[in-house]
Amino acid sequence: MIEKKSASFSRVLIYFFLIVWALIVLFPFYWMVLTSVKSFASYNSEYIPRFFTTEPTLDNYVSAFEAVPLGRYFLNTLIFTVATTGLMMLVIIPAAFAFARLEFKGRNAVFALFLSLMMIPTELVIITNYVTIVNWNMRNTYLGLILPSVTSVFYIYLLKENFEAIPDELYQAAKVDGTSDLKYLVKVMIPICQPTVVTIIILKVIECWNSYVWPRLITYDSNYFLVSNGIQEIRENGFGRENTPAMMAAVVVISVPLIVLFLVFRKKIMAGVSRGGTKG
Amino acid sequence: MKKNNLKAWLYLLPAILFLGVFMVYPLIDVCVYSVEENYNFASQSFTGVGLGNFKYVLSDPYFVQALKNTFLIVAITVPLSTGFALLISLGLSSIKTLRNAFQTIYFLPYVTNTLAVGLVFMILFKKTAYTDGMVNLLISKFGGTGVDFIEGPYWAKMFVMCFYTIWIVMPFKILILTSALASVNQDYYKAAKVDGASSGRIFRKITLPMISPTVFYLIITGFIGAFKAYSDEVALFGTNLNAAGMNTIVGYVYDMLYGDSGGYPSYAAAAALILFAIVFTITYINLTFSKNKVQYM
Repeated sequence: MIEKKSASFSRVLIYFFLIVWALIVLFPFYWMVLTSVKSFASYNSEYIPRFFTTEPTLDNYVSAFEAVPLGRYFLNTLIFTVATTGLMMLVIIPAAFAFARLEFKGRNAVFALFLSLMMIPTELVIITNYVTIVNWNMRNTYLGLILPSVTSVFYIYLLKENFEAIPDELYQAAKVDGTSDLKYLVKVMIPICQPTVVTIIILKVIECWNSYVWPRLITYDSNYFLVSNGIQEIRENGFGRENTPAMMAAVVVISVPLIVLFLVFRKKIMAGVSRGGTKG
Repeated sequence: MKKNNLKAWLYLLPAILFLGVFMVYPLIDVCVYSVEENYNFASQSFTGVGLGNFKYVLSDPYFVQALKNTFLIVAITVPLSTGFALLISLGLSSIKTLRNAFQTIYFLPYVTNTLAVGLVFMILFKKTAYTDGMVNLLISKFGGTGVDFIEGPYWAKMFVMCFYTIWIVMPFKILILTSALASVNQDYYKAAKVDGASSGRIFRKITLPMISPTVFYLIITGFIGAFKAYSDEVALFGTNLNAAGMNTIVGYVYDMLYGDSGGYPSYAAAAALILFAIVFTITYINLTFSKNKVQYM
């Protein structure tokens, strides 16, 4: 009897603890949505901030899009994300295929070299990349934003492991039928490895959507700002620092796409991150 | 299988080109930059070869401040976030109801834009003429005196900084730890229960040893990540981190490269190499230590 009581007590304790952390995680989201629907006047009149509002308004969303080119930042981020992810797939899929299926001289040596590049932190190579892009006159261009991040040794490695798991017999059979390597790759391997391909795409999209440092170095013309830089710009010069509700409206608009993406692909994203994510 | 030398290289060509231009060459180049003294960005000329850049960086008060901030962030956030994540994962794996809901919620910070949510944290912690801010309100409710966490004293700024960093890195750690806990063979637990082992003993003798490689992996990646802290700081304190006294090593590198204080790729290169040396050493120590302590199954 005593056993049971202490078990249920510890259960309550566990739930309490889990709920507290859930609240800490959710509260900033709640606060940003709440603040974004408070009118400018009512926000500023609340010396003690209130936890709810009786007169929600969408005016802040209008002024967020009017006061700064938020739509433009969105479009830029979209172009950047799609182009970077697409180009990266074009680069890494053939490379992974070559390592997994083609026999050639020096394959192991080249692969080892690729793997050793995984240890190199971006911070070390970004200095020269910045100088390179400046010398190529590619500041404030999409190409300058995109080019340095279209390869990832880690994703090549992940894909290669997956390609190798496909039985050899399939490849031999395709060869006998006279299927070309390229056709085999596109028609057989990619469909079989679709889960991994989707995982890589999702992880890259998240990375692109949140990237801040490189775009900040490469762009100073606000026509080429991404949402992260846009947010920073808003923080430092936009709206006047006092218009917090409009700022929060912008923050909501920027956060929503990824959260929706996450809720739709929840299982895939979490599985993908535990296999190949880093951050933290 | 017949050899396809030419074709294979053709498939690899794009990857090799991009890696060559944006990784291998920069790696060599950064070492060259770091020893070119008094490098001038406009004329691309320098006065001599030596360790002058390293000397300059190490004696620069801004760098020393950045070094101190970074080490503090690492020393505070890595143990705390790993410990919290372990507690939460243990809690999660001991319940069934609402487990999925909790897991989904806990993962949210991973998919949010660091800069955007940083602004929300700034609003929550900031004290302005119009309002004391949410957090200060809470503090005064419990009888404390409020403080401006964004432009106030150093310890307050460091507190928000670490709090936000932990908030950001928790999802990854919780995710990895819950899947590690789920993969522990249930037979061990059953056997231990039959033997009448206490839950504390089960944790120390079974759970902890079984997940120790994962914990170690998280500590190592945590160290590496925390040493590279930068955008979280920008989100909270703005781009002029030196003025806020909250710069980090990576921030120092970027400031040397770009912006009002920029145009010194040689100093940036020296600072980046110092950072790399620190991270490398610490990872090496961690790995050596783990060889003795961690049980790999």
